[in-house]
Amino acid sequence: MLSFYVHIPYCIKRCGYCDFNTYTPNELQDGASLEIVSNDYIDAVLLELDAAPLDEVPTIFFGGGTPSLLPAKDLGRVIAAIKARNGLTADCEITLEANPDSVTEEKLQGYLAAGFNRISFGMQSAQTHVLAVLDRTHNPANVKRAVDMARAAGYKSISVDLIYGTPGESLDDWRATVTEALSLDIDHISAYALIVETGTKLAAQIKRGDLTMPIDDLMADMYLLVDQMCNDAGLAWYELSNWSKPGHECQHNIAYWKSANWWGLGPGAHSHVDKKRFWNVKHPTAYKQKLFAKESPVAESELLTNEQLRDEAIMLAIRMRTGLALSSLNKQGQDNLQAYVSTGHIVISDEHIQLTAQGRLIADRLVREALG
Amino acid sequence: MPAISLAKAPQPAATNPAQIRNFCIIAHIDHGKSTLADRMLGITEVVEARNMRAQYLDRMDIERERGITIKSQAVRLPWRSGIDGQEYILNMIDTPGHVDFTYEVSRSLAACEGAVLLVDCAQGIEAQTLANLYLAMENNLTIIPVLNKIDLPNAQPDKFAAELARLIGCQPEDCLRVSGKTGDGVAELLDQIVAQIPAPVGDANAPARALIFDSVYDSYRGVVTYIRVIDGRINPREQIQMFSTGVRHEALEVGVISPEPVPSKGLGVGEVGYLITGVKDVRQSRVGDTITNYQNPTKTALAGYKDPKPMVFSGLFPLDGADFPLLRDALDKLQLNDAALVYEPESSAALGFGFRCGFLGLLHMEIVRERLERESGISLISTAPNVVYRVTLEDGKEFVVTNPSEFPDGKINNVKEPIVKCTILAPSEYIGTIMELCQERRGTMQGMDYISEDRVEIRYTLPLAEIVFDFFDQLKSRTKGYASLDYEELGDEEGNLVKVDILLQGEAVDAFSAIVHRDKAYSYGVMMTGKLRELIPRQQFEVPIQAAIGSRIIARESIRAIRKDVLAKCYGGDISRKRKLLEKQKEGKKRMKMVGRVEVPQEAFVAALATDADIEKIKAARKQD
Repeated sequence: MLSFYVHIPYCIKRCGYCDFNTYTPNELQDGASLEIVSNDYIDAVLLELDAAPLDEVPTIFFGGGTPSLLPAKDLGRVIAAIKARNGLTADCEITLEANPDSVTEEKLQGYLAAGFNRISFGMQSAQTHVLAVLDRTHNPANVKRAVDMARAAGYKSISVDLIYGTPGESLDDWRATVTEALSLDIDHISAYALIVETGTKLAAQIKRGDLTMPIDDLMADMYLLVDQMCNDAGLAWYELSNWSKPGHECQHNIAYWKSANWWGLGPGAHSHVDKKRFWNVKHPTAYKQKLFAKESPVAESELLTNEQLRDEAIMLAIRMRTGLALSSLNKQGQDNLQAYVSTGHIVISDEHIQLTAQGRLIADRLVREALG
Repeated sequence: MPAISLAKAPQPAATNPAQIRNFCIIAHIDHGKSTLADRMLGITEVVEARNMRAQYLDRMDIERERGITIKSQAVRLPWRSGIDGQEYILNMIDTPGHVDFTYEVSRSLAACEGAVLLVDCAQGIEAQTLANLYLAMENNLTIIPVLNKIDLPNAQPDKFAAELARLIGCQPEDCLRVSGKTGDGVAELLDQIVAQIPAPVGDANAPARALIFDSVYDSYRGVVTYIRVIDGRINPREQIQMFSTGVRHEALEVGVISPEPVPSKGLGVGEVGYLITGVKDVRQSRVGDTITNYQNPTKTALAGYKDPKPMVFSGLFPLDGADFPLLRDALDKLQLNDAALVYEPESSAALGFGFRCGFLGLLHMEIVRERLERESGISLISTAPNVVYRVTLEDGKEFVVTNPSEFPDGKINNVKEPIVKCTILAPSEYIGTIMELCQERRGTMQGMDYISEDRVEIRYTLPLAEIVFDFFDQLKSRTKGYASLDYEELGDEEGNLVKVDILLQGEAVDAFSAIVHRDKAYSYGVMMTGKLRELIPRQQFEVPIQAAIGSRIIARESIRAIRKDVLAKCYGGDISRKRKLLEKQKEGKKRMKMVGRVEVPQEAFVAALATDADIEKIKAARKQD
């Protein structure tokens, strides 16, 4: 099995907190229209695809950037090519990350026809003042419209992404956002604590003192709140930052956490095949140049040692509800974790370690303990 | 020039004592002693110009870098006097320049008949120089006052000539004026050494008596012992004996330094030179001891021999516990060359295995630590320095405490601590500041004198414990570096002293315990608990930090439990990044010390024990990385 991630490195506008590998049309400076850029870019992606193994494909995920910026016919070329050379499993999950502002009924129909069956909207917050700090352009009211349109169009799974811990966001703001999200006709929520990445506009604003990050305790309370509210609404946690209705877990992300094989297409995209991790050159222009010159776009690679493989497996498995098999830990790691049973951070059942909500909040520390 | 070629000069073991002059140079760090010595080596032509290098006599890197002479040396300089035209042999005995080495200084002085008092005429005399000057005067040495650096634009020779004249009771015009840098006045100084300093007097036919004034370990030759012959003669291949221990050695080689070692046929009355016996440890050839013939020993030793007594103690621990054997080897090696260094293994719950080390004083401690780190490449943590306390319990039992963790628990009758007499020289505008500092440190003023119109000598008695921790740094920073300090022991005094423990989650952390005056216990507790609250990262449970005297809690802080330690997103490329971070953290975890269930980073110990000045050093070092 081989999952595919397809990176779409374009956005209309870069958000203040975002450090992803994405570019606005202005930044690309080649003066070409988005249509030409898009077509050209997909040509490059298809060239890269030639190098991938031919295993059957259980999931494809188009992320970005803003994949919904590109026309369905272009994204459809990638799906069709993968299907033609690898074959898709019967229940293959194909996800599109979408900006709620840029979708229309017609576009949604187009993506559906191209093969997409899951859609994830970047909602982030229902509060305009929070969206303003995040530098997001969308109108919160558009999210409901977009979700309803997607449902009507016939998408099998609909998800929204939320961000908590934005400077100036109160616990009540966050409660209102989660309430709003849960009122939508969705199957899945991802909620992420805001991370201030160096080099972003947000980082500069914080450094200057224009904005102040919330204290960890508030972030912790926000996490506990969303966990509780999702559970109450019938969306159970299945990974640290993800909740879903039964059967709507994101299979693509689960592939990451289970250390499955996956191939990232596009500039800066990472791949993991067997014991090897490798990643592409970061800039779309360099990426395209390499491929059109029939060169490999791989920038760097690493061959994981058995210890690294073990560490990664523990680090990823501990994030999931299915948990960590006790047998995967050494004696020291098992002893270390035992101490966290009485503190209420973990439960051990059926020879597996599962994190409680309190435990999930200190998951990184628990990983360090688990490594022994 | 009135230099004499070495070959034609009077030879060792065949020099009439009347032709010999033995002198030392008393000077403060930076007052130009090494430069003046270089100039003397040049002018007497014992070092050829093409072989000259700066600070020729300072052997160790650390000496050159810090501008301090730790180990003295003696150089034989032939000189034809410009006054009477006769040939002389001048033995220049270099003395250590710091208070910690007062005993070594006193032995160097005892090897001389005269001293050059060298003062930078842009700065004036400093406290330690004054202390050494008094020491020289007590030894009845002839003092030749010399103002150095007359070439400096900000030199004030008249002002400081008056200051020196007042101190030693001469006329201001008796002060010679030289520039070690340009060589001005150096030949005249050598002539005055001949004219003013008396020749040595001794009985050539008496049993040999030679004073050890320095002892240095050389990795090729073993211990090189520097001696001054008082009576009789020391010959190579003869059996000699150390008076204090009665141990016999063979004099494998005897010679003079000029300025490289040159073997000689012996050393006669009044002569200064070196002796090699093949011993491997300077403790077998101790400064101050008397050397005599084994066959025909003297009955009376030379006066003044003392065993070095450590005044300040501190625990030294390797940052990485695995380096403990390396530290032991490094200490063993260092002790070969430092008879004053004492140490014994110590184990600390917080810091692991290390050594409790005793030092002559603060500089000695700093030098030892620096040499250990430099020569063995080990990173060290040192605990706060400690003095020697004498604790008497109500049942009459007595304890000598050099480590707070040894402070007895029972009912205490009294605690005695060492007191020192401090002399501080400073511009008079800082009198208020200095008095304030000394009062804060439990000082009692003993008096104050103006040594010139705008410089004062302030005398205080202070508990030694109060000056071992950052007193000198404070004094320097509060007086813009102008004040200088000297101290000498005055004996023990009873003090209202208590031991303050610092508890993490109820468990005492030995490294942070301190013996302090009762009035300062609270502020120490508040300071330390506050510092630790900042330094120890949040744990998954709340960690109370308490300061306690016995079972009584005097200060309390707490580190709130960590609520959140998780990266929310972990997809694709995040995985490698996160694993690498984890690998780094795994390394970091190795540097964590466990106090009960509390993880304390090594850095927290270092920072909590460090003075402000140390922290600046650490920051500077980090910047370089």
